[in-house]
Amino acid sequence: MSTVAAPRTVERREHKHPGVGTVYAWELRKLRSQKRTYLGLGAAALVPLIFVIALLSSSGGPDEVPFGRYVKETGLAVPLVGLLFSSVWLFPLITSLVAGDIVSSEDNHGTLKTILTRSTERWQIFVAKLLAALTYVFAALVVFVSVGLVLGGTFWGFDPLTSLSGTQIPAGRGMLLIGASALAYFIPLIAIAAIAFLLSTVTHNSAAAVVGTLILSFMMQLLAIISGLDFMAPYLLSEQFDAWQGLLRDPTDWAPITHAAWVSACYAVPAVLWAFLAFLRRDVAG
Amino acid sequence: MSAAPAVEARALVKRYGRITAVDHVDLTVKAGDVYGYLGPNGAGKTTTLRMMLGLITPDAGTVKLFGRDPLVDGVRALDGVAGFVEAPRFYPYLNGRKNLELVAALDGGDAASRIDAALDTVELADRARDKVGGYSHGMRQRLGLAGALLRDPRLLILDEPATGLDPGGMRDMRLLIRRLADQGMTVLLSSHLMAEVEELCDRVVIISSGRVRYEGALDELIATTAGRYELRTTDDERAQQIAAAQRGIGDLERDARGLTFAAGERAATALSIALGEAGVGIAALVPRTATLEELFFRMTEEAPAGDLAPAGVSNDRRSATTDRHTPRAEEEVRA
Ligand SMILES: Nc1ncnc2c1ncn2[C@@H]1O[C@H](COP(=O)(O)OP(=O)(O)OP(=O)(O)O)[C@@H](O)[C@H]1O
Ligand SMILES: [Mg+2]
Repeated sequence: MSTVAAPRTVERREHKHPGVGTVYAWELRKLRSQKRTYLGLGAAALVPLIFVIALLSSSGGPDEVPFGRYVKETGLAVPLVGLLFSSVWLFPLITSLVAGDIVSSEDNHGTLKTILTRSTERWQIFVAKLLAALTYVFAALVVFVSVGLVLGGTFWGFDPLTSLSGTQIPAGRGMLLIGASALAYFIPLIAIAAIAFLLSTVTHNSAAAVVGTLILSFMMQLLAIISGLDFMAPYLLSEQFDAWQGLLRDPTDWAPITHAAWVSACYAVPAVLWAFLAFLRRDVAG
Repeated sequence: MSAAPAVEARALVKRYGRITAVDHVDLTVKAGDVYGYLGPNGAGKTTTLRMMLGLITPDAGTVKLFGRDPLVDGVRALDGVAGFVEAPRFYPYLNGRKNLELVAALDGGDAASRIDAALDTVELADRARDKVGGYSHGMRQRLGLAGALLRDPRLLILDEPATGLDPGGMRDMRLLIRRLADQGMTVLLSSHLMAEVEELCDRVVIISSGRVRYEGALDELIATTAGRYELRTTDDERAQQIAAAQRGIGDLERDARGLTFAAGERAATALSIALGEAGVGIAALVPRTATLEELFFRMTEEAPAGDLAPAGVSNDRRSATTDRHTPRAEEEVRA
């Protein structure tokens, strides 16, 4: 320890505190340096690959699901069928893997005290973390859809897609609709991310947050198939993952999407508020 | 604004279940002080520092840094303040420099421009590109100090910064703190290394079981023990009898090395004459002052608010703390 950092001035100006953008940029850099981020993104790339390999090596297709019949007719159907299957566990898992870890990993590394004793307010760190988690989820969704689309197009071309109303959708418009479908699919994922984020904040434990989110997600899927409880189904988060299908009707059916939006908000808003208050008030030991 | 003390804690309380970790702590660190915060394990030092840094919320009382309360002013209260509690922690998957860049970004201002200087100061420049996950304890401790220096603080809060450092590292840490203090930085240093505190600090607070046992100048504290003498004679047993009979001699103790007692100068002189008359030869009669270490043990292990008259603690405060509960009672609660 040789010389001292810098000459210190006696008169100090009020120093400028950083904004949420700075904290957000660093949260993204942290995510980029962590293995679990790549685990999630890798899974988002690998699953469509495996799906395409499975299609190539079998004679039939997933005929029982929407667009299942067309997967070998046009690559446009591949990412859509992928979305249908991935709402069961893949995207809840990919989402909770990072959203369920982004607060509790700070507990795990004891670094909350490090970042909370600088010049950023707690709410800024909270908002930045939430945005970073959502950015990651969105990136995973983009990877998933892109890989499915590119592989599907490579093997089965970009022929027009038959809509759920039986009309033909040309390739250009089809791709736009796939993008829009991914956005619609992102809506319930925001709610899943919010739940994982809440569990991460209150349990201070990544494993508990990831597993807890998956259990909640499975429970909703179970409730949805119990026949006596069908009155609940429209309000379950798991049921909102099919809302994008409204976009692939002619004319477009917006009702499922607006429904998914407010149902998802009913889960996401209280979860985020709860997490926010918990994060703001908590004692940071360690 | 500038007249406000660097740290001002008033009746600060933090409870964990039945344990009162910090129990009505009052302390004032003036700008320019190098202030020692002393206490045994579990005394409440770290808990107090956490409240200062806004990491935990007090159950009662207030703490202000340069007049700003972390509860009211949020992170603004930490403007001009830096430090860490317990071992400094960083992201193991980022290298040392990246970690500093991160905290500098969260500091804003020109903190990032000080990274190179700070790394040089703590002699980590050549390991700055290695992941912190592979750092030794001492390296992390030094990185923590570098992180604090990025804020160019007026007040540096350090929680046992020398813990786990090798002798060389401890000396370097001490030299650095000394140098920073000489430049006018106010330092609040929690420690149980008596040598460190004696060397660095001019004021101290001693706490145990969450309660302040002493607050004041270090030399005044040591001076409270003036008036004790050490005596070695040709016949310690006889000398003990004579001393016991002598007026003005108190607190007489005898061990293998000789006698110690409390007395004024006049009583000590009278004793030397009495010993000579009795034919007991005096090998040595020396006034002695206690070391901080002895005072520390006396204050933290014996009576809760000892028979010493701590300069900074008012009488009603001491009786109030004695009445509530003794450290022993608290230890039972903890066990
Ligand atoms: N988060 C917590 N939960 C429960 N008890 C706590 C917590 N933090 C501190 N304590 C208790 O508060 C008391 C004071 O602890 P603190 O860490 O402040 O002591 P310290 O003086 O820093 O000790 P050391 O010298 O060992 O670091 C202890 O009895 C401790 O067990
Ligand atoms: Mg401690």
